[in-house]
Amino acid sequence: MDALVIAEHDNASIKGATLNTVTAAAACGGEVHVLVAGHNAGAAAQAATQIVGVSKVIHADGDSLAHDLAENLAAQVLAIASKYSHILFPATASGKNAAPRVAARLDVAQVSDITKVVSADTFERPIYAGNAIATVQSVDATKVITVRTTGFDPASATGGSAAVETVAAVPASSKSQFVGSEIAKSDRPELTAAKIIVSGGRALGSAEKFNEVITPLADKLGAAIGASRAAVDAGYAPNDLQVGQTGKIVAPQLYIACGISGAIQHLAGMKDSKVIVAINKDPEAPIFSVADYGLEADLFQAVPELVKAL
Amino acid sequence: MKALVPVKRVVDYNVKVRVKSDNTGVDIANVKMSMNPFDEIAVEEAVRLKEKGAVSEVIAVSCGVAACQETLRTAMAIGADRAILVETPADLELQPLAVAKLLKALVDKEQPGLVILGKQAIDDDCNQTGQMLAALADLPQATFASKVEVIGDKVSVIREVDGGLETLSLGLPAVVTTDLRLNEPRYVTLPNIMKAKKKPLETLKPEDLGVDVIPRIKTLKVSEPPKRGAGIKVADVATLVDKLKNEAKVI
Repeated sequence: MDALVIAEHDNASIKGATLNTVTAAAACGGEVHVLVAGHNAGAAAQAATQIVGVSKVIHADGDSLAHDLAENLAAQVLAIASKYSHILFPATASGKNAAPRVAARLDVAQVSDITKVVSADTFERPIYAGNAIATVQSVDATKVITVRTTGFDPASATGGSAAVETVAAVPASSKSQFVGSEIAKSDRPELTAAKIIVSGGRALGSAEKFNEVITPLADKLGAAIGASRAAVDAGYAPNDLQVGQTGKIVAPQLYIACGISGAIQHLAGMKDSKVIVAINKDPEAPIFSVADYGLEADLFQAVPELVKAL
Repeated sequence: MKALVPVKRVVDYNVKVRVKSDNTGVDIANVKMSMNPFDEIAVEEAVRLKEKGAVSEVIAVSCGVAACQETLRTAMAIGADRAILVETPADLELQPLAVAKLLKALVDKEQPGLVILGKQAIDDDCNQTGQMLAALADLPQATFASKVEVIGDKVSVIREVDGGLETLSLGLPAVVTTDLRLNEPRYVTLPNIMKAKKKPLETLKPEDLGVDVIPRIKTLKVSEPPKRGAGIKVADVATLVDKLKNEAKVI
């Protein structure tokens, strides 16, 4: 049987997390189809046809699918679910929100946050904030899965030639209504897709200092900005920058941790980065145990110095 | 209206677990157990809604071994009015789908206006139960909540999503799952711990609720994650830049 990938998109284009999820789906065997559920999402559906390894794009378009409401998105997936042995969502805020509804309605367990496909029914996934890796086998007929994107290489976004099939959008749920959103506009790379991340911790001391110290370094490197939970809780950085067990999971080429002590929960979100740099004045900080390069220094001096030296 | 608050007993968040040498799981013998931190936030929120008059009764629920009674007592010390334990055998691995079905049965029985629970448990990191319950009970959901406001027969929820925040309005009854910024749970005081001991705690079995709790996912193996090779300390910024350019070649 075939695998269905639920695309993460903004109606105009396909988000990177979709590409990693396609790779995971291909490893499950069978054909890979992609569902683009959205509102005026023709461009995103066209973009999905170009993904290498995708044989069919299913495009559902309607008001009910405008805001990724879990009730409507799950209903849209359920409308075509019976054709598939595997249904894969990227483990993004939207994917995590809708996938368990699909699993529960199909009366199957969900395998969350997989990092490896061992075989069509067996997967690896981190547990306990990544301090252990479980190999799990699903005994259900349909596998509903969320995919940790850092575990899989992205499929190529161009070169494919899938056909588009249009399906009717499901009616909107009467019980849930989208009111509004505040999405930060930024020219920076997206945190989960960035090649370089500069991350700040509680040691920065204030939102002003966070911005004053971290931003120039990120600008210089063309990097995304991240933060520890402590920094977010203290209001130094917005919540969507949080890297860690319950925030964003990242694996850039270079991760620079400034004034982050390295709680287990933070390490869980970034320890798969290729190169880790830690700048911290506490020689005992646990972050040094995972850092490739540790610099024991006051970040208020070292970071500006680093900006100058680059 | 009643608020139902499911809570899970997990390894305390400060404990760094070890994988058992036979790779069958992690060693949780003699390890400190606590309430899942996200569930603690859920109990706090429900109690605050009661203090504001939006909720009339807070019912804490836990599914698991007999020791979950301690977790329920903690919930009642925070301010839950009564508790229900759905007790399962120690050798049974209780998975999110089974918990969601147990909670669905309790929702049918108790008819709460609001179910509020943690977005994920810090042991299995599944992030499933709230959404599954909402689907099974045919209720609207708002996951990853950072603000909850009951307005008439609706609940307005601000959610933490990728890139920022989003506001939803749900018709009650509804399911809400909590994120870290929703509130800071109060410290439980000794008088409240004493009071909690006298609050009612009912114990049920899955059979009483007619729910099949057989696991659908088999754990074949639990292993250590790959270790990172030991790094080095560099003396100064110049050395760091040199290493990044010429050794790691990442900038």
